[in-house]
Amino acid sequence: MTLRADIEVKRDGFALDVDLTVDAGETVAVLGPNGAGKTTLLRALAGLIPIHGRVELDGDVLDDSQAGKHVPTEDRRVGLVFQDHVLFPHLTVLENVGFGLKRDAHRIAREWLDRSGLGDKAGAMPRELSGGQAQRIALLRTLVTEPRLLLLDEPLSALDVSVRAEVRRELSRQLAGFKGIRILVTHDPLEAIALADRLVVLEQGGVVQDGPPTEVTARPRSRFVADLAGVNLLRGVGRGDHIELDGGETMAAPESGEGRVFAVIHPRAVALYLSRPEGTPRNVWRARAEDLDLRGERVRVRLSGRVPLVAEVTPSAVRDLHLGPGADVWVAVKATEISVYPG
Amino acid sequence: MIQARIPAPLLALAAAGLLLFLLPLAGLVARAPWNQVGPELLAPETATALGLSIFCSVTATAIALVLGIPLALVLSRTTGTLRAVLRALTTLPMVLPPVVGGVALILAFGRRGLLGAPLYQLFGVQIPFTTSAAVIAETFVAMPFLVIAVEGGLRALDQRYEEAARALGASSWRVFARITLPLLRPAIFSGAVLCWARALGEFGATITFAGNLPGRTQTVPLAVYVALETKPDGAIVLSLVLLAVALAILIGLRDRWLGEP
Repeated sequence: MTLRADIEVKRDGFALDVDLTVDAGETVAVLGPNGAGKTTLLRALAGLIPIHGRVELDGDVLDDSQAGKHVPTEDRRVGLVFQDHVLFPHLTVLENVGFGLKRDAHRIAREWLDRSGLGDKAGAMPRELSGGQAQRIALLRTLVTEPRLLLLDEPLSALDVSVRAEVRRELSRQLAGFKGIRILVTHDPLEAIALADRLVVLEQGGVVQDGPPTEVTARPRSRFVADLAGVNLLRGVGRGDHIELDGGETMAAPESGEGRVFAVIHPRAVALYLSRPEGTPRNVWRARAEDLDLRGERVRVRLSGRVPLVAEVTPSAVRDLHLGPGADVWVAVKATEISVYPG
Repeated sequence: MIQARIPAPLLALAAAGLLLFLLPLAGLVARAPWNQVGPELLAPETATALGLSIFCSVTATAIALVLGIPLALVLSRTTGTLRAVLRALTTLPMVLPPVVGGVALILAFGRRGLLGAPLYQLFGVQIPFTTSAAVIAETFVAMPFLVIAVEGGLRALDQRYEEAARALGASSWRVFARITLPLLRPAIFSGAVLCWARALGEFGATITFAGNLPGRTQTVPLAVYVALETKPDGAIVLSLVLLAVALAILIGLRDRWLGEP
């Protein structure tokens, strides 16, 4: 079973243009900043908004704007799980779970509830449930209909942090047992990496990166992914052994090739000094510490200057260097710590 | 409690405004022939008018529910110019003088009216001056109250309930019957009560289009109007009945409709 989607949606100044192929058994996380078009993509796949282009699921054409074909949501056999459960407030849990079933609704719904350890909630009304329970039941309500395509729209983001881990485990278990195609929209990288085996990064209505999570985060191609991976991303033009950065500065980096390149520097590879260092690092610039952020055993220092970078240092280094917002420092980066790839 | 400081002149004007409402009501209560309330209510003409009023207003409300809910649904799912036009059309009876509504109804359903003429010629059906005419007049005037209330309910409804139901494979009819309608119940209820109250008090369109025939089209407001000439005590008693009904509705709907608890 395969989903082939070529979707274009245009409305009030926003354009979504996505080409996506997903195979069954794969969990794809669509990741991106707010307003990137993630939810629009899901709604288009669910058939809730008109599109230009073509959507084909398991050999069935669901949308084909050229042929004027549009299969309505109710006939698509796609499952949609919302950010907050959207359980029908006037129906019991059992009626909610059985809503999408044609025959034996109550018997099948009860089996699913029992199997998930929620059997004692069958007679409850949605308002009597906790947020975590409600979302788990919303997931069951969709899964019982055995959709061919499961669309999850930030299914954990409305939950309290305390229950999120529990629901994530349940979601992970249910996803593993689900036969169809799974697409998860999220802006939480942790959620994406925990649940998905493929990341599709969406920015400003287009796909900027697509691949396994480790590959995507190892070679960020946008600021969003770089932030997500926690690394510095610089752009420039490769000149063999150095890069002419877009900011005007020159940075020594071996095997930089020729043409547009991305350069990734891990914050741990950025060293800070009070006076100009004399030594092997060939990339030395002036910078000013803008703000400091304690993360576990490390402090992340955001630097401004000709080359904006984030450095990661130890708390004792912060003390020794008298680092604080506004402090002037020297920055050094070893050329060998820079990873360069074509952009 | 009056919570903010209000300038004295404004307070005085507000009091005068309140008096304008209160004085007539006080007059009604003060001049009511309380010892005659029982006999007057049980008098055959009164009982007939009351019975007819209840029948006509309940029927009008039922028709308004059947036609008005779908109309509200269409209105809430329409945008742009079409919506503006539809909305103006459905709310027109609220601002139109009821007598004008009555005249318009005659021109539509009268023996020589747009629809009335073929009805009469083909089936010999005549609508004006029948109980049906009273029901139509009341529906015409009262249905907008229901449409507006239900449309408001629809616009406030989280669309994702319907989307979730559709994604679960429910046909548009099943979505309407199992999800939309039950979720709209509060709006439908308050809309129906306001619609019924308006139908119960309808006078102008009814007397113009249906006439004033005791037992057929003479509802309580029409009976009040007639009784004022012949036996004022009866008019006062009937007026008290309508006042009591209106008050009961306003108090009953206080939480649901007027917003404040």
